[in-house]
Amino acid sequence: MHCQARDFDTLDRRLIDSYQRGLPVCTRPFHSVAERLGTSEAEVISRLERLQSLGVLSRVGPVFDHARAGASLLAAVAVPEVERDAFAELINAAPGVNHNYAREHDFNLWFVMTAPDEPELEARLAALEARLGVPILRLPMLEGFHIDLSFPIPWAELERT
Amino acid sequence: MSTATPLSLDAARSPGEPDAHRRLRALLEQGLPLTPRPWQTLAEQAGLAEDEVMACVRRWQAEGLIKRLGLVVRHRRLGIQANAMVVWDVPDERVTLVGRRLARETAVTLCYCRPRRLPDWPYNLFCMIHGARRERVLAELAAIVERLGLGELEHRVLFSTHAYRQCGGRYVREGAA
Repeated sequence: MHCQARDFDTLDRRLIDSYQRGLPVCTRPFHSVAERLGTSEAEVISRLERLQSLGVLSRVGPVFDHARAGASLLAAVAVPEVERDAFAELINAAPGVNHNYAREHDFNLWFVMTAPDEPELEARLAALEARLGVPILRLPMLEGFHIDLSFPIPWAELERT
Repeated sequence: MSTATPLSLDAARSPGEPDAHRRLRALLEQGLPLTPRPWQTLAEQAGLAEDEVMACVRRWQAEGLIKRLGLVVRHRRLGIQANAMVVWDVPDERVTLVGRRLARETAVTLCYCRPRRLPDWPYNLFCMIHGARRERVLAELAAIVERLGLGELEHRVLFSTHAYRQCGGRYVREGAA
């Protein structure tokens, strides 16, 4: 179940809207944030703790560039829909899997496999492929046109839903 | 801990990366501790000094290893439930141009060229469009197709129906932390 937009007040929203990027690298970053938002460092920290405990934030920190921080690729498998959960569990149990979604297509499970380097990536995929018993579609990135995951939250639209 | 070894991108991937830097990277992948001096807290855990940690992070930002630093939002938890992966079959000679134009659309959050895998998979351009509701995402897509004149390109919309896992990358070799 998701949270409701009304659970988040103006300060929560300003934090989320303003700091998906650009957290300052200084001795007391949350103090700088607090000064800019007109509140206290303790308040910022407690808001972030709450957002994190609600699961709205997976973390506060850096997002590494996949292509540079190691090896990764988008992968997909086509599995019987009735067995999808079981296949998804096997995929989640494999080392290096960091996203795993069901999607509406014959290729119905889509995941991102990561590894420290390319040989390890292929070793992980091959091992998983053997466990799953179905071929894994391997779709490495050839060119990235937009690698910024920050996304403006449509608060007003969320309040209507 | 000395920083005599310059940490280039290659060093970040190579076995020559100082252990403390690798530990720091593994710690950073878990997120910052929510303490008044998070870099100091991380420094203690990584066996570095606070200013070394900040210098490392700034260098990784400058090198592009860190592409952003801040709140990593789980959109689904906020109710942004519709998550469409739109895949396109674009003639190879146009894929860069179309990719760049799609990437400039505010609704598009990711846009990548990937290989076709014929005969199973004929699509070579991928983009993500998120929204609170499915109809809204489809309306955005229709507007984009119209605006960019992409009507003749074959494309498919793959909405996600369930997230089995949604988390940030863990690239550092296990046991490094």
